[in-house]
Amino acid sequence: MSTAPSLAGKRPSTLRGASLPKWAPWAIGAASIALGFGISTAAGLASDIQWALIAALLYVIGTYVISAWIENRRQAKDRVVTSMVWVAFLLAVVPLASLVWSTVQRGIKVLDGYFLTHSMGVVADSEPGGGIYHAILGTLEQVGLATLIAAPIGVLTAIYLVEYGRGSLARAVTFFVDVMTGIPSIVAGLFILSIMLMFEMEPFGFAGSLALAILMMPVVVRSTEEMLKLVPNELREASLALGVPKWRTIMKVVLPTSLGGIITGIMLSIARIAGETAPVLLLVFGSKFINSNPFDGAQASLPLYIYQQYGSGEAPAYDRAWAASLTLIAFVMILNMVARGIARWKAPKTGR
Amino acid sequence: MDTTHIADAPPPTPQPSATEQKRAARGATRPGDRIFLGLSRGSGILLLVIMAAIAGFLTYRAALAISKDEGNFLTTFEWNTSATPPVFGIAVLAYGTIVSSIIAMVIAVPIAVSIALFLTHYAPRRLSGPIAYVIDLLAAVPSIVYGLWGALILVPHLNGLNGWLNDYLGWTGIFEWQGGAARSMLTVGILLAIMILPIITNVSREVFRQVPQIHEEAALALGATRWEVIRMAVLPFGRSGVISASMLGLGRALGETMAVATVLSPDFLIHTSLLDPGGGTFAQNIASKFSEATEFGRDALIASGLVLFVITLLVNGAARAIIARRKEYSGANA
Repeated sequence: MSTAPSLAGKRPSTLRGASLPKWAPWAIGAASIALGFGISTAAGLASDIQWALIAALLYVIGTYVISAWIENRRQAKDRVVTSMVWVAFLLAVVPLASLVWSTVQRGIKVLDGYFLTHSMGVVADSEPGGGIYHAILGTLEQVGLATLIAAPIGVLTAIYLVEYGRGSLARAVTFFVDVMTGIPSIVAGLFILSIMLMFEMEPFGFAGSLALAILMMPVVVRSTEEMLKLVPNELREASLALGVPKWRTIMKVVLPTSLGGIITGIMLSIARIAGETAPVLLLVFGSKFINSNPFDGAQASLPLYIYQQYGSGEAPAYDRAWAASLTLIAFVMILNMVARGIARWKAPKTGR
Repeated sequence: MDTTHIADAPPPTPQPSATEQKRAARGATRPGDRIFLGLSRGSGILLLVIMAAIAGFLTYRAALAISKDEGNFLTTFEWNTSATPPVFGIAVLAYGTIVSSIIAMVIAVPIAVSIALFLTHYAPRRLSGPIAYVIDLLAAVPSIVYGLWGALILVPHLNGLNGWLNDYLGWTGIFEWQGGAARSMLTVGILLAIMILPIITNVSREVFRQVPQIHEEAALALGATRWEVIRMAVLPFGRSGVISASMLGLGRALGETMAVATVLSPDFLIHTSLLDPGGGTFAQNIASKFSEATEFGRDALIASGLVLFVITLLVNGAARAIIARRKEYSGANA
C-alpha cells in the first residue's frame, strides 16, 4: 500500500501491480457517507443508525469492487478486512462514549456539595434532595477494611510463589489463584452469607469487606507476582552474596525495587472492588442513614445506593442514581489513572 | 539465591533447587527466614483454605435447602421457597444463564478478536497505546453503572432493533417481538457482550503479540497481504489463546449479577423468543430474590449459587489450563 506509480501512468514497468492511491479509502468513505445520507433522505428513513449502516455497507462494497477492479482480489479482501477491523473498534467505542456521556450529562444535574455531604435520612425516594454521604462513607470503610485484609495476604502469597514456591503446593496455589480470579462476586457474597446464617448474624459492613477481600486477593497476587518477577536476579544474588538473610533481601531489596508496581496493582484491585454491588447487597444490606461503624448494623455503599435508587423507579431517584454513578466512575477512574501514573513513574528500569 | 549454597560445594546454577533438605537447613540457621517463609507460605495456604471453605460452606447450606425441596432441584420451573412444602428448581435459571452468555459470546468474541488484531496489526503505532487504554476503561466501569446505563439508555434504544428483527426474522420464532420494553435476554446478552469485551480483547492481544516475528515476515516475504499474514500466521498461532480468552469472558458473563438484575424483567418461564421480556439467570435471581427471602429462601439461593460456582470453576479452570500450557503468555517472562 505504499505510494505506487500514479494511476494515470497505466501499467508502469515495475514488479508491483497497480495499487490505489493513499487517499482512496477516504474518498470512498466520503462518497459512501454522502450516498448513504442521500438514499436515506430520499427514502424518508428517520433513524441516524440506518443511514450510517447504509453508508458502512456502501463503503465495504465500494472498497471491494474498486480494489478488485484496479488492484486484485487478494488486495480487495485485505482492504475489506481492514475496514471491518476498524468498524469493530468503532463499535466498541460507541457504548463507552454513550455510557460516559449519559452519566456525565445526567449525573451533573444533582451532583453538588450538598449531594456529597448529606445522607438520605429524611428523604423519600420520590422527593428530590438527599445525598450520598452515607454511601461514600460506607464504601470507603468497606473497601478500606477489605484492602487491609487482602493486600498483605496477597503480597505475601505472591512472595511465596516467586521467591520460595517450588513443588506441588506452589503449583496448586498458582492454579487456584487463577481460578479464584474468576469467582463471580455474588458467590463470594453467598459464602460469607452462609457463615453469617450459621451464626445468625445481622448484616454489617465488615461482612461485606470480607467478601470484597476474597475478590481482591487473587488480583493482588497476580499483579504482585508479575512485578516481583521483573526484579532482576542479579540484585537478589548481590544481596545474598553479601551474606544478607533471604528474608531481609526480600524486604530490603526485592520489595523496594518493585514497590511502585505492587502499589499500582493494589490500587487497580481497589478500583475493581469499589464498584462491586452483589456482595454488598447480600451482606451489608444498605441503609438510608449514616452508620460509621462497619462492625455493627447495616451500612450503605455507593454501588448499592445506585441499585436501590434505580430500583425505586422514581424520577428524582434516577437523577440521584446517575449522580452517584458519576461519583463512582470518577472515583474508579481517578484510582486507575493515579495507579497507572505510579506504574509509569516507578517502573523498574529493566522492565521494558 | 540460597545462602547455604555459599557453604556448600560450588553452586552450579544460580536458581536454587529447593529440596526438602536445603529448606530444612535454611530454616534451622535463620529464625527470621523461618518466620518469613512461614508467613508467606501460610498466606498461600490460606488462599487454598478459602477456596475449600467456599465450596464446603456453600455445599452445606445448599444441602439443607435441597433436602426439603419438594420439586426436582434441576428440572422444576418454579421458585417458591416460602410455600409449604417449598418448591424450587434451577431449570429456568440455567437456561437463562446459558442463553444470555451464548448471545454475549457470539457478539463479543468476533469484535474482541478484531479489536485485538486492530491493536496489534492495524492501528497506527501512536494510536495503539491510547486505544488500549480506552478498552481498559471499558473494563474499569463498575457493573452497576453498566446496569443503570443498560436499563435507562440501552433498553429504549433497542426498540428499533427489536422491530427490525421481528420484521425480518420473526418467522423463526426466536426473534418474535410482542412490543414492550426490551428487557429481554437479547438485551442482556448485548450488555454482557460490552462488559466482557475488554477481557477477551486484552488476553487475545497478548497472544497476538507473541506470534513469532519471523512467521509474519516469512509470510510477507512470500507476498502475502496483511490479511493473509493474519490468516496464515497470526490466527493459527493464537487459536488456543483466543479460545481461553473467550472462556475467561464466558466465566465473567455467567456470573454477572447487577447488569442483568437491572435490565431484565424476570419471570420463571422459558421463553422461546429472545426478545420476550422474562427469564432469569443464577446471579440475577439471587440478587432480586434475596431481600424478601426467609432463612430457608436464602439457603435455596445459596444452592443455586453453588451451581453457578461449580460452572464458573469449570469454565475458568479449563481456560487457565489452556493458558498454562503456554507459559510465555504471562508477560512477566518477556
